[in-house]
Amino acid sequence: MTQHYPALLLVTPLLAAFVISAAGWIKRKWCFPIAVVALTVSAWCSVALLLRVMKEGVIHYYLGGWAPPWGIAYYVDYLNGLVLPVICIVALVNLIASKRSVEDQFDEKIGAFYTLYVLMFTGLLGIVITGDAFNLYVLLEIAALTGYGLIAMGEERAPLATLNYLYMGTIGACFYLLGVGYLYIVTGSLNMVDIARILPPLYDSRAVLTAFVICMVGVWIKMGLFPLHAWLPNAYTYAPSASSSLIAPLMTKVMIYVMIRLMFTVFTPYYVFGILDVSDSVVWISVIAIVMGAVLALQQNNLKKMLTYIIIAEVGYMVGGAWLGNRDGLTGAILHIMNDAVMTLCVFLAVGNLVYKLKSYAFADLSGAFGKMPFTMWAFVAGGLSIIGIPPSCGFFSKWYLISGAIKSGHYEFMVALLFSSLVNVILFFRIIEITYFEPFEDHAHGHHGKNIDEAPLSALIPLLIVAAGLFVLGFFTSDFVRLIIQFAIPKGIV
Amino acid sequence: MPDIIQTIIGKYNYWIYITLMMIGFYAIIAKNNLVKKIIGVNIFQTAIILFYVSIGAKWGGTIPILQNVHGEGGAGAATHAIKAVDYINPLPHVLMLTAIVVSVATLGVALSLAILIYRRYKTLEEDEILARIREK
Repeated sequence: MTQHYPALLLVTPLLAAFVISAAGWIKRKWCFPIAVVALTVSAWCSVALLLRVMKEGVIHYYLGGWAPPWGIAYYVDYLNGLVLPVICIVALVNLIASKRSVEDQFDEKIGAFYTLYVLMFTGLLGIVITGDAFNLYVLLEIAALTGYGLIAMGEERAPLATLNYLYMGTIGACFYLLGVGYLYIVTGSLNMVDIARILPPLYDSRAVLTAFVICMVGVWIKMGLFPLHAWLPNAYTYAPSASSSLIAPLMTKVMIYVMIRLMFTVFTPYYVFGILDVSDSVVWISVIAIVMGAVLALQQNNLKKMLTYIIIAEVGYMVGGAWLGNRDGLTGAILHIMNDAVMTLCVFLAVGNLVYKLKSYAFADLSGAFGKMPFTMWAFVAGGLSIIGIPPSCGFFSKWYLISGAIKSGHYEFMVALLFSSLVNVILFFRIIEITYFEPFEDHAHGHHGKNIDEAPLSALIPLLIVAAGLFVLGFFTSDFVRLIIQFAIPKGIV
Repeated sequence: MPDIIQTIIGKYNYWIYITLMMIGFYAIIAKNNLVKKIIGVNIFQTAIILFYVSIGAKWGGTIPILQNVHGEGGAGAATHAIKAVDYINPLPHVLMLTAIVVSVATLGVALSLAILIYRRYKTLEEDEILARIREK
């Protein structure tokens, strides 16, 4: 049984999605428990896989027993061994936390919502675990198409925002597919490890260069790197809270993972940093992404949109870290995949709670929220501290690695951008604290000023508080994560 | 000069797919009507499908079913050498079956979004929709 964990990880939620869609017709009450069971099984498998990787090294799993390059192979190594549990846990926590808001918001569409939710989760896991370049494309589209559905269920402007996301998302995925096509022309293989084995003598080929560039641009579109980010803020803002707190923490992070996978497994550090001389330019792009993300976040007058621009800046952190080309930068980028997923989950869950009670996320409606929903707001502040990067929260440590990577490689502009964005984050979050803590609460509906605590339901509050505490726990165990997992995830050839 | 002609004529399949792709891209960027944009997305995807199909095809190649080895209980396979040159590569074509499914699904999702938008704003022209949003 245990040797089939890589398949079980994916097949369980995939089948569960069909069962849920059937349950949606028969008995809607069953949808949620089935989803929880499926995600728990996946989470269990992913943690077991990580532990096995730490004990025995890379796991190779051949689907249907077909050896690569003919069959599809799943590889679990230290890099995706770390990302898989992050996806599972974030999705599971969010599933439980958003139960009430989903019930209130979707009612008869609950079956459809949970089907899409679990399918998207399957897609994200698949992207991370697969070792086949074309399989990755298919799973990418599964995650994307279900994501469009999840976002479009939101408020009034959601469908238009989703359609804009769909144009960009499809172009991004098509670019990736085109790049894979060029790789297939030159190597005749689709298995990532096999491609990596065949490629080195062909590194001067212009087709290989084209393939690399097109794949990168496709992945950058999907992750919303600054000039290609236009779809992201609206799509994430107008999505229903339950969807945005699934998609915002995971989708961009998974695409960062794909970028790192392409750079260092399909291609090699030697190709990316030795033959191509573009790392400086990409670091500059990420610097611009960080600065622009921070500046645009300052201009927003609603909480959710502000957070989406912070995500754009965070994408810049990770892209820059991966392209610095040294050990510290890449460690920071990989660590930040985990940390950023958890802290984005934390703030988006808090926003979900605020929306659940206050029915709004505009700054104007948030005054006095601290008095009304103290636990939610404290959790939000914890998330904010982590995004700013205040020790001992986990955000501090990944930023520390990124900054030391920037100094070691002489990219001082990247260091300045990181510090600038931290300062802007201080302003952003203290402005929220000012509005919610110091301004009196005005209840427009009931017309009385009250300090009565009116918190979100416990099923939403407890997961949120656990996540908020988790930020500091992750921070506390940072050195263990780096020592036991991440240092082995960094390819040879990067010093 | 002959070099350029060689590049254009000899690799016409690439030129066609890039032209198609750019037509789709143009529609996505420049068209005002949402359905036209969606069709642009579809053309964009179809261009890549065409690219894959064309790299698997070859002059004089036949479908990848072994020739001259049928009958005699398949024993012919052992006696005849199999020349890869005679067969087209089926893999890119098979991959594109999946890509076609993806593109149909994308088209379906996009059109259903367009229906949602039409119900809400009573128009599919993007500038009119944006004007409606600004009014509020």
